[in-house]
Order: sequence, then C-alpha cells, then structure tokens
Amino acid sequence: MKEELSVVGKGVPKVDAVLKATGKAVYGADFSLPGMLYGKVLRSTVPHAKILNIDTSKALKLPGVRAVITGRDFPWGLKYGFTAITRDQTPLAQDKVRYIGDEVAAVAAIEEDIAEEALDLIKVDYEELPAVFDPFEAMKEGAPQLHDHVKNNISASQHLAFGDVGKGFRESDHVREDEFTTQAIKHGFLEPHASVGLWDPTGKATLWGNKQSPYIVYRKLAMAFGLPPSKVRVIQTYVGAGFGSARSDPFALDFCALMLSKKTGKPVKFVYTMEDVLVMGEMRHPFYLRTKTGMTKDGYIKAIQVYAVADGGAYSTIGPVSIALPAFFIDIPYRIPNVKYDGYRVFTNKGFCGSLRGHCIAQLRWALGQHLDMMCNDLGLDIAEVSIKNALHPGDQTPSGYRITSCAFTECVEEAVEASGWKEKKGKLPPYHGIGMGTSSFITGVKLSGHNSASCVVKMNEDGTASVLTGATDIGQGSSTIVSQIVAEVLGLPMEDVIINSGVDTDFTPIDPGTYGSRVSFYSGNAAKIAAEDAKRQLAEVAAKVMKISPEEIIFKDRMVFPGSKTDKGWKIDALIRYAQHSMGKESKSIIGRGSYDSGVDFIDFKAGKGNISPTYTFATDVVEIEVDPETGKITILNAVGAHDIGKALNPILCAGQLDGAWVQAEGQLLFEELKRDKKDGHVLNPSFMDYKMPTSMDIPLKNKHIFVESIDPDGPFGAKEVGEGASVAIFPAFGNAVFDAIGVRITDLPITPEKVLKAIREKRQGK
Amino acid sequence: MRQLMRFNVNGVIYEEEIDHRRTLLEVLRENFGLLGTHKGCDEGQCGACTVLIDGKAVNSCLILAASVQGKKITTIEGLAQGEKLHPIQEAFVEAGAIQCGFCTPGTIMITKAFLDKNPNPTEEEAKRAISGNLCRCTGYFQIIDAVMKAAEKMRKVV
Repeated sequence: MKEELSVVGKGVPKVDAVLKATGKAVYGADFSLPGMLYGKVLRSTVPHAKILNIDTSKALKLPGVRAVITGRDFPWGLKYGFTAITRDQTPLAQDKVRYIGDEVAAVAAIEEDIAEEALDLIKVDYEELPAVFDPFEAMKEGAPQLHDHVKNNISASQHLAFGDVGKGFRESDHVREDEFTTQAIKHGFLEPHASVGLWDPTGKATLWGNKQSPYIVYRKLAMAFGLPPSKVRVIQTYVGAGFGSARSDPFALDFCALMLSKKTGKPVKFVYTMEDVLVMGEMRHPFYLRTKTGMTKDGYIKAIQVYAVADGGAYSTIGPVSIALPAFFIDIPYRIPNVKYDGYRVFTNKGFCGSLRGHCIAQLRWALGQHLDMMCNDLGLDIAEVSIKNALHPGDQTPSGYRITSCAFTECVEEAVEASGWKEKKGKLPPYHGIGMGTSSFITGVKLSGHNSASCVVKMNEDGTASVLTGATDIGQGSSTIVSQIVAEVLGLPMEDVIINSGVDTDFTPIDPGTYGSRVSFYSGNAAKIAAEDAKRQLAEVAAKVMKISPEEIIFKDRMVFPGSKTDKGWKIDALIRYAQHSMGKESKSIIGRGSYDSGVDFIDFKAGKGNISPTYTFATDVVEIEVDPETGKITILNAVGAHDIGKALNPILCAGQLDGAWVQAEGQLLFEELKRDKKDGHVLNPSFMDYKMPTSMDIPLKNKHIFVESIDPDGPFGAKEVGEGASVAIFPAFGNAVFDAIGVRITDLPITPEKVLKAIREKRQGK
Repeated sequence: MRQLMRFNVNGVIYEEEIDHRRTLLEVLRENFGLLGTHKGCDEGQCGACTVLIDGKAVNSCLILAASVQGKKITTIEGLAQGEKLHPIQEAFVEAGAIQCGFCTPGTIMITKAFLDKNPNPTEEEAKRAISGNLCRCTGYFQIIDAVMKAAEKMRKVV
C-alpha cells in the first residue's frame, strides 16, 4: 500500500520565511555585542612579493585605534588547509603575498571609519617577485614559484583510467578531439562576509558569522590558532546565500576578529565590502579541457579521454578535490567502457578558486555535452536517441565502481523531449533559431574523505511539540524546512508543532560536515528521520503500556496517538508526553530521540579512482530553445525545459526554487558573467556589481518548465536525492548546443557573449 | 560634522545628532537599529537596501540621510501590523520567493511601491518592476509569482 504523506511532499512555506519577510532574521552584519570594536583588513597591492617589513607604528598612534596585527601575531609557520598536503594558508600573510588582495594586516578601532583610515598608515615594504597569471606558463620549468614545497606550481593532479581508451578508440567508427575553456566567476551571494569575534578570559574563542559549513570554520580556526577544537566555538547567523566554499571556509576577517579580540579584550566585528568579496578568493576554477570521444556509427560511446588544466589561483583550498571531481564524473550518466583522465590544478598569482554549485562538473559537462552533440552531428544521429542508447540504468555498476540504485535518466530524456517539442523542432527551426539538449548526473553526498555522517536530536515537549536540533546549515536552500517536514511526518504532527534550531552552534549542535557536496537532504534528512523514529518508538512504548497493546500497533496521526485503528481510544500526544515525564515512577523521562546516519559507502580511492563516490545519483536533461539576432549577436531564450530525477520532491515549492535558481545562475556564467583581470598584474578589473554582471529578472525566459521525475530512492529519506546542485549542470551543454543549432558555429569558450556570436556569424558568412 | 536631525520612519519620530556624511542606509541600521534594510553592494546595484521615501522606492545606500528629513520613510519593519503580515509579505512567504532572504526586504519594498501604482500588473510588468533587485537564489520566477499573487491579495483587500 502506498504510504500516505501529510507533510512531506507538500509545498509548505519555509520555517524561517516570516522572519525573513519582516526583516527580523539576523544576518552576519546584523549581529553585535556591547563594547564592540570594528576591524578592517589591509590587502596586498602587488601580485607576488616577499614581505620585508610592516610598520604599524603610525596606525597605532591614530586616536581610536586599539590594535594592529600582522602575520607575526599568529603562530608563525602554522598553516591551515583541507588536508595535510594542502595546508598552505595563514590567517594573514607571513613571509609572502601571492595575489593582489592577499591579506597582510588588520586593524581594530572604535569606529569603522577610523579603522579604514588606519589602514592607510600601515607601511608594507615588499620585495617584488616575478608573477605568473596563466596556468600553462606557470607549469613551465623556470616559471615563478608560488609555494616553495610545490614544483612547477602543480597544486594537485589527478590521473585515472578504466578499460583501455586506445582499444575503445580503435573500436570506434568516429573519433574526434576538441578543446573547451571556461572562465572565472564568483558565487555572487548578496551578503558580504561578516563576523564578530570574542576571545574571552577563559581562553574560549567564539565567532559569530554567516557561514555555510560552520564545522569547517571551527576546525580550521583551531588549526591556525593551534587550539583544541573545544576552545573554539562558531555560531552561525542567518546566511545571505552561499553556493560553495567561499562561504564554507574561514577567511582573514574570522581569524583577525578573534586575534584582535584577544589583544584588546573586546569583541571585534568585521564586515567586508562587496569589493573585498569580489577580489578575494574563492571563485570558480577556469578550466581548459581537451576531450576525445570515440563512438560507433550507430551511436554507442566506446571511449572518452579528457585532459584538464584548472587555474587554481594562489592557494590550494580544496584543490585536490576540485581537480579529481571531473575525473569521477566522466562515466555518469552514460555507460562508458573506457575512460582516461589527466587533470592538473595549477597555482597562479590570482585569487584562489574553490567549489561553486556544480563544483568543476559544470565545466566538464560544458565540454563533454557539447562534444557528444558534435559527434552526433558528424554521424547524423539524434543526441536524444544517443542519450537513451547509452544511458545508465538501475542496477548498473560503472567501470569506476559506482552503484546505480534509483535512476530515471531515460525518463528524464523522454520527458524533456516531450515537453520541449524536440522532435518537431530539432533540425527544423528557421535560421538563427536553435534548440539544444544537455544531460548530466550528480552525486548525492560526496564520499571522498573525512567526516560524512550526520546526526540529529528530537526532543518532545510537554505541549506536544517537537524541538529539533540538527547540525545541518540552512543557507537559504531550506534544509531547516525539509528536516522539520520529515520530523513532522514521522511524528504525525503539523509543521507548526516542530521547532528547529535557527543555526549551528558548534558547542551544542550535533557535529555535521556542512552544506556541500549535495549531501544535506540525504544525510541530515535521514538523520532527522531516524531521530524522529527513535522519539516515536519511545513514545510508542509508553503508549503500549497505557493501552496494553504492542508498541508496533501504535499509530501517530494529527497530534494523536492511537491504539491501532481504534481512533476513538486515542491519547493526545501532549498528554502522553506528560505522562511519560511525570507519571511513570522511576521510569519517568523526557522523550529525546537521537538519530545518526552515514551511507556506509566506502571512501573513493583517489589513486585508482575506484569506489562509489556517492550513495546515490541524480539525473537531468535540459533543453533550451533560443533565437540569435544576427545583427547584434544577442541571444534571446524562447523556451527552457528541464527534467530532473531528484528521487522525491520533499517540498515541491522549495525544489522548484532550487531548479530555477540553479538554472539562472548557470545562465549568468553561460552568457555574460566573468571576473576580469588585468593581464600585467592579475588584479580584478570588475570588483563591483556595476561591472560584474549577474542575471536580473530581465534576463530570464518567461517560460522555464521543470519536471520532477520521482524515482523514489531506496536509501533517501522518503525517497529523496539532491536537488540544488545537479540542476546547474546540464544547462551548460544544452546552451552551447542550442547556439550551434542556431548559427552553425561551435562556441567553445565561455561566456557566449554577443561579440563572440557576432564574430562567429561573420566568419561563417565569409566562409572561414 | 554632526548635526541634529529628525526623521519619520514607519510613523515613528527619531531625533538624533548624526554625522551629515552618513547615508540613509547607515543611519537606519546603525542609529535606529532597523536591521531589516540590508547592505549588499553599497553602491546602488543590488537593491537589497530598498526603502520608500514618500512612497517612492530608493536605494537607501545612495541617499544621504540629511536629505530625507521631514519625509515619510517606510522600511520593511513598517509593513506588517503586529503579527499580521502585509499581503505582499504573505505572498512572498507562500510563493517560495524567499530563499536566503537577504534580498527579500528590498524586493518586498520595491513590490510595494510598484503595486501601489499598478495594482493590476501583467507578469512582464512585474518582471520589469523587480529588475533592479538582484537575487542569486531564486532565479526570480517565484518572486514574479509572489508579485502577481500579492497584487491579487491587495485587490481583494481594497
């Protein structure tokens, strides 16, 4: 019998929506403490230099300045980072600066204006070093070296091979090799970084900040201060969006707020400007991708080989993951018997790169998804049919060892074909009018290394409500709502009876990895379900005693607890909770449910690339229809359709919001967004929303149809898989393919600006 | 230079000595504790700081506080009546127009100015009305839904 759901699967409003709609949600910059000082950070004005001396004496004399710190104020030589081999960052620059924007000093003063003024009084003596901005130049022998311990600026590399690509290409009727590139973009969240640090007399360092993964911040703060983690406490405020590691990592402001607090005995607040945010790391890796595909004449993919170079900027951050991920995504969503990947992430004297929604997979799909279209065009095949022909199916195991459980990829292609009118339009549209298809598959909770498990606590209150303590961080995507829906569903409560912590407090919330890798609904959702079931089991045991039947027969529904189907003999849930608390003699207790979840999937072996990178996978097909103005090169989007296998839409309104947002964010990178840099010194030329252009409401198509394809995952909470990240990927090749269909020229470098389109049209007309 | 200034914000009179260089956004947030008006780009590009001056929407980061003394200033805090949300706020909550919520107060204020003038808009007009307010989360579709829904609610109220 199909389980009837009363809260899960419904488009209930977000639990924090009223606070946000009334301006009462407290974001990073809204948080204050009495007696607080204001901090400002000084950034490097040169791309690569040794720091000879920093003279802070004048700044210290400015009335109102309370402290000035430099790299010397932090444990010397103590670096923080993602893993032992990538620890190359310090809170403020110590020996060297590596890009224009690297932080060298910080000030605390009684007013923000005074702190700003004091920055001008700090004198830094640099010994400039040659700098390098192009990853290919940086890899050459004799190029300027950013880090002493790394040869040829290779920050990280990944090599991977399954099957035999040589054999695969020989078995193919058609093989081609092409190049693709992508640009640097920013996460584009609207709330700049903000933190308040308080180092109290007990030696506890507490940081309030708008963080996406507070436990990453907590661990890295402890690392850089040389403290045990329990001496560090991170309390998350509301977060003005995230989209990746630019919100997950601690930055200079966080370390400096705490160190300046330690020096002054006062709380210290930093609020970055949008210019700070756009200049500093992190951003999306620009990629060079050379792809070689082999296919039989009837459309079976025999081999794919990829060579990738990613521009990592000045520091590692999660670089080894960034360059490994494309390798791990080549053999989904298609059955590909032979794969080879060689990828290099390279240091350059620019702001460092990290994860951004669709972490290095959007770049990979931009290349592979267009390449598939090129192969199909060469062979006279339909990409939709070829996609179905090569599709992964439930029960498949890929050559790399991924186990495909729930999978409705074929249905995604079919639904997108149907809804877009693909068959009527593909190849039949008038000139400068094009339609393109792209596909993708994504992970649900990346299983690479370290901490993955999630936990949750559900406390039953005596008025019948439930308090939920989750370690999941809601950065706007709605995890607090999803987790509440799951708890409400299990306990038979309406949404308004569930109370959830509004943020993570590392001292008290269950330790959670953070909001990344598309893991939250699946891992934290499962943990919440288990915790709620535990509370329910405890209550059922109490009810069983009272009602004198077995606990398994107890039913929880509409704030009531019933003995089986006897709906006239029920107890109100609050009465039962009070009975458990007050009236069971020595057995009286508060009902507190606990739940922990880990998928049990083994870590992937980075060297061999073998393993199962995720407990389950999502699948998507996007189709976009465009019109190109041949006089201006401007692209107008006429229609867009996306079919997404997300397992189960736990909340259709929130899921639609994720799909919409992912689509438009991708559109920005596809059509115009780019962090531009000076060629001589690498500084950011457009560190302002005046010049760094993101999509506005005028850039979206009037029609953008999303189709949820519900494959009901066997391990997901109520069948759910990820929804927020995979949705930003398939649109990349769909767009490139639509442009080719419209103008007959392949644009291989992003963004697809009107200038590039116009140039392509003109060159084609001239027969070039 | 500080001078005594007097403001009418959401019907409340604030009188304080304020530096004449301060923007309305800074004064709302730092002097009056009205933190619902958000500072995003601080240069008039994102719209997160949108408030109403005599019913007209402005970016409060671009307005010197001194210049709007004696005018009627409305911020996000001035819309709901106690626990009763304004229909625009209700519509934003129901339509899923709020994700991280950082742009929300500004977008609600621009919607207020828009619907007060145009109570029966088309979707295209709604789309244009919010075009100065950036949102990185929603992709705007659900915000446009919310504006249309709010218009409907407000027409019923009148």
